[in-house]
Amino acid sequence: MKKITTYKIKSNIQLNPLIYKMILIGDTSWIKKPGQFMEITVKDAYLKRPISICDYNEKELTIIYKVVGKGTKYMSTLKKNDSLESLIGLGNGFDLSLLKEQLLLIGGGVGIPPLYSVCKEALKLNKKPIVLLGFRTLEDTYYIEEFKKLNVDVYVSSDDGSIGEKGNVVDLMKKHNFNDYDYCTCGPLKMMESVYNNSKGHGLLSFEARMGCGFGACMGCSTKTKNGYKRICKEGPILDSEELLWED
Amino acid sequence: MGRLNVNLSGLKLDNPIIPASGTFGYGYEFTEFYDINILGSFSCKGTTLDSRFGNPLPRIAECERGMINSVGLQNPGLEKVINEEFVKLRKVFNKKIIANISGFSIEEYIECAKAMDKENIVGIIEVNISCPNVNHGGMSFGTDPKQAYEITKAVKEVTNKPVYIKLTPNVTDIVSIAKACEDAGADGISMINTLLGSRIDIRTRKPIIHNIMGGFSGPAIKPVAIRMVYQVYEAVNIPIIGIGGISCAEDVIEMMLAGATAVQVGAENLVNPYVCMEIIENLEKLMDELNIDNLKDIIGEAH
Repeated sequence: MKKITTYKIKSNIQLNPLIYKMILIGDTSWIKKPGQFMEITVKDAYLKRPISICDYNEKELTIIYKVVGKGTKYMSTLKKNDSLESLIGLGNGFDLSLLKEQLLLIGGGVGIPPLYSVCKEALKLNKKPIVLLGFRTLEDTYYIEEFKKLNVDVYVSSDDGSIGEKGNVVDLMKKHNFNDYDYCTCGPLKMMESVYNNSKGHGLLSFEARMGCGFGACMGCSTKTKNGYKRICKEGPILDSEELLWED
Repeated sequence: MGRLNVNLSGLKLDNPIIPASGTFGYGYEFTEFYDINILGSFSCKGTTLDSRFGNPLPRIAECERGMINSVGLQNPGLEKVINEEFVKLRKVFNKKIIANISGFSIEEYIECAKAMDKENIVGIIEVNISCPNVNHGGMSFGTDPKQAYEITKAVKEVTNKPVYIKLTPNVTDIVSIAKACEDAGADGISMINTLLGSRIDIRTRKPIIHNIMGGFSGPAIKPVAIRMVYQVYEAVNIPIIGIGGISCAEDVIEMMLAGATAVQVGAENLVNPYVCMEIIENLEKLMDELNIDNLKDIIGEAH
């Protein structure tokens, strides 16, 4: 159910120079699948900010966001017990039943957070996830240890080799012969396109877009697929590899 | 008769609140938030003869108290709108809608108007001659009084339903366009469509919107809309639907004082999906505060 609701901030901590993690206390009953998102109201900005859910339980949810503009800058200044208004109930989420037991979770940069709850869900469904995380450099890293604590294999790459293996997530795929595996991915568009082009597996890809409303009314984020147009906010943000056209 | 009732060329509305075309889809996206039957009416997503995918992404850029969109009339085309969208809409909305039509030639407007004329659900045909997001047709028809006249006349000839012409603010003299529409037989004017705008990303040093320009809307444009509605009200004798930056009950009163018989709420639906419901809920209380017995009485009162 979509609605506007208010959360209480439990914590808001900095994970690295630009990445913050915020835990919110409030309604989580709307989250049916990992990969769904919320639209957060930020001070002095006209549009809300779409942020994906990193983790959730019955009482709390975790979001991880990068400070890129005034909206996320404002979010980074919020403190424990502050309130945060949000439009909730958005997005389709990853349908893991579509994928084989053995699957890759491929995240790049700020696209990594939703894959954390995907990983937990995959384990719950007795699937065998392998996690590939790509960063630009050591300073950008976060959440590597949290993934490792889920007792899954975690491979890390960095563009400059300052952490993990030098290269990107596609280099990791190739080097470790993961090209046949099904996958879930979220990250920069170019990264996801490269994953798609280098994989023979069935994939679920989480897209980002500049959105107007976030709930399907404005057509601001429509993208062409083999099955007609899809709104990233409503029919997405997760699209199936079999329907992608990579036109835009 | 309720205090909020208004009349648009014979179409009686319970209240003057109408979501604007392109910000309300075909209505059912909003049924999750409230019962949309509380609305006066609503203007459905702009319909063209053939289906249109619209413009490449990004189509949205945020602005100070507003936004730019370059959706570009994405719609499934006349036949599907009537046979699929209207069918779904009837299940959730039992009042008349305003059918917003657009085109790239006079013939296309005529085809759309003919088809909408047959639809019982359509109370008013709103002719969009002001879309800033398509290359040919669209706004170009709305920037020239002669073309505005011709389109209005052509559409009037094929329908008995009230015809409202939706005007663009991106002109030197909006009054001359409105008068041309009235002379051609228009039953009313919807105004204003979005203002042409652009934003540049200072980090990439490139325009944010793929098409560089788009339509600027939101509370920031309200003074422009108020000014233009005021000017056109002085010059024509047909009803005006006031559009541009409406986000609260106070704005509705202001727009009606300027000369609007009803209002359309646009961008604000996207940032606050409950806004039309909230406005309707707040209107009577505000009227009490302002000693307004009946909304109809204040139309054009600022003149």
